[in-house]
Amino acid sequence: MIKTVITQQDRPVLSPEKMAEIQGVIQQFPEGKSKSAILRILHIVEREAGGWLSPDTMDMVAEILSIEPIEVYEVATFYTMFNLNPVGKYVLEVCQTGPCMLVGSDQTIEYIEKTLDIKVGETTADGMFTLKTSECLGACGYGPLLKCGIHYHEHLTNDSIDTLLTACRNGEVEKY
Amino acid sequence: MGRKLLLEHIDVPGIETFDVWRKHGGYLSVEKALKNMSPDDVVNEVKNSGLRGRGGAGFPTGMKWSFLAKPEGVPRYLLCNADESEPGTFKDRYLMEKLPHLLIEGMIVSSYALGANLSYIYIRGEYMWILEILEKAIAEAYAKGFLGKNILGSGFDLDLRVAPGGGAYICGEETALIESLEGKRGNPRMKPPFPAVKGLWGCPTVVNNVESLATVVPIINMGADEYVKIGTEKSAGTKLISACGNLVRPGVYEIEMGISVEEFIYGDEWCRGIANNKQIKALIPGGSSVPILPAHLITKLATGEDRLMSYESLSEGGFATGSMLGSGGFIVFDEDQSVVRNTWNFARFYAHESCGQCSPCREGTGWMQRVLHRIVNGQGNMRDIDLLADINKKIEGNTICPLGDAAAWPVAAAIRHFREEFEWYVNHPEEALKRNYGMLKNTPTTV
Ligand SMILES: Cc1cc2nc3c(=O)[nH]c(=O)nc-3n(C[C@H](O)[C@H](O)[C@H](O)COP(=O)(O)O)c2cc1C
Ligand code: FES
Repeated sequence: MIKTVITQQDRPVLSPEKMAEIQGVIQQFPEGKSKSAILRILHIVEREAGGWLSPDTMDMVAEILSIEPIEVYEVATFYTMFNLNPVGKYVLEVCQTGPCMLVGSDQTIEYIEKTLDIKVGETTADGMFTLKTSECLGACGYGPLLKCGIHYHEHLTNDSIDTLLTACRNGEVEKY
Repeated sequence: MGRKLLLEHIDVPGIETFDVWRKHGGYLSVEKALKNMSPDDVVNEVKNSGLRGRGGAGFPTGMKWSFLAKPEGVPRYLLCNADESEPGTFKDRYLMEKLPHLLIEGMIVSSYALGANLSYIYIRGEYMWILEILEKAIAEAYAKGFLGKNILGSGFDLDLRVAPGGGAYICGEETALIESLEGKRGNPRMKPPFPAVKGLWGCPTVVNNVESLATVVPIINMGADEYVKIGTEKSAGTKLISACGNLVRPGVYEIEMGISVEEFIYGDEWCRGIANNKQIKALIPGGSSVPILPAHLITKLATGEDRLMSYESLSEGGFATGSMLGSGGFIVFDEDQSVVRNTWNFARFYAHESCGQCSPCREGTGWMQRVLHRIVNGQGNMRDIDLLADINKKIEGNTICPLGDAAAWPVAAAIRHFREEFEWYVNHPEEALKRNYGMLKNTPTTV
């Protein structure tokens, strides 16, 4: 749930380009309906804030949309894509739902746990990877798979997982 | 070769661009509708085509459209449901990723029919790269005069936008989708009032699945009279099936309604049989929410006739011996898979995805998940099996939206057809654990 102890200002600094992008999102909705832009704005600021939403970041979104902070917390806590705690540089989300399980997602999760020496929900000591599970990602025919950044990595094997992890370490994979 | 109405040009290089799409007959339906047909003509054509919603419920699209309230001076909205989160379903993704202009074209014609001047595609947040594909295609359509003001000089204006979700299965339910698009939690609304009367921002709204809206294009191009000649009497046209699980060739296929299930699973043109030379054990034909079928009821009906890929044949026999076409999420289990374990997996999914506003669903899905977890881990007893049935009855029909039913029915069906397997788990706790690869370590009991 929401972190209650904030030791530093966790609010990202938005560049003028990002502010313009956010204004563009708001303009996709009729006048007076800017609250509709909230999910997309949360996705944008989460990326800018290092992959997670601090209460401070959420307050910033409330200010941008001229709504109460609680309206942002309500939304951010409801939708599972948003991270409410700090995460590693790369978040690996492995689908664990039925169709993926039929083709071996349990083994995929176990392999990543072993390789990175972390459990689901944890972040590696070097802050590089966070491992999460997710429910059906809408790619059931291409499992086992994981989402990293905005892209899916499908038909995973131990070898392809190794390759992906190396590519992440080398900074060759898009973050968040 | 089966007839393709939606995926005909999917392999053409560059088909995701406006120019290539246009060269292959793209946007002809917009020209035809806006130049030669009135909005009501379009509605009637869709009605006569017999098109049934492809999102899962199978409600006749033309009829849904004719319910739309049209008070003076109030805007109306068309929302495309691209939330696609029903386990087993991945057809809309394929269509949007490869043929974005097909969906855009369908939305222009459909918005014209409904008198909507601002329409949205609500896409699940995990499909963010597809959102970018769609926005690129939309920008092209604006530049070519197929979106914006006074499209093709017809006087019809349309703005089309894409909005992402944030990871919530429930937002595929139409009123939850509307709540989400208003920037709120995805809690389904009480009905009535139906969205056709009070939907987005309190205005009359139609919500349709990606594939339903895409199918409007061939219907307008060929005319309802021709369209109904394809498929069966009660299931007109073609359907996208997303096949997954233990198949030689999983993937998204466009089938003519009425081909046999046997041909679809084993045919060369389609899934090519069960992977690793195994036998089939079970099938969930329409997404995780529909009843599972045991081997003897997959290719044959209880009466011994062939089972076909159509709304009526897949549901033949009701819940006793049939299932549903649903969203077309076709999940195949080989002989080594555990139905009990998969039932638990889906129960965990529903418990995770319940929005939490109705107690029977919020608590009931959690209980089912925990009881099933107990059974798969060799800690269940015989009473648990009946307890599941009991929880089921208390959820079913007692919730605002159908997520509760969707969670309850698959459990009921699994027990109906695979009771022996549930009993085996109870009677063989040690072996049960072995059969559940890594389960205790990997899977938390709580959701
Ligand atoms: C829990 C739940 C989840 C749903 N998810 C989806 C979905 O992901 N995509 C979809 O098109 N319809 C989904 N539906 C069905 C929609 O409520 C609605 O019936 C559908 O979008 C209507 O479109 P159609 O008539 O074109 O099929 C869902 C329904 C429920 C109850
Ligand atoms: S079950 Fe994993 S993507 Fe659908």
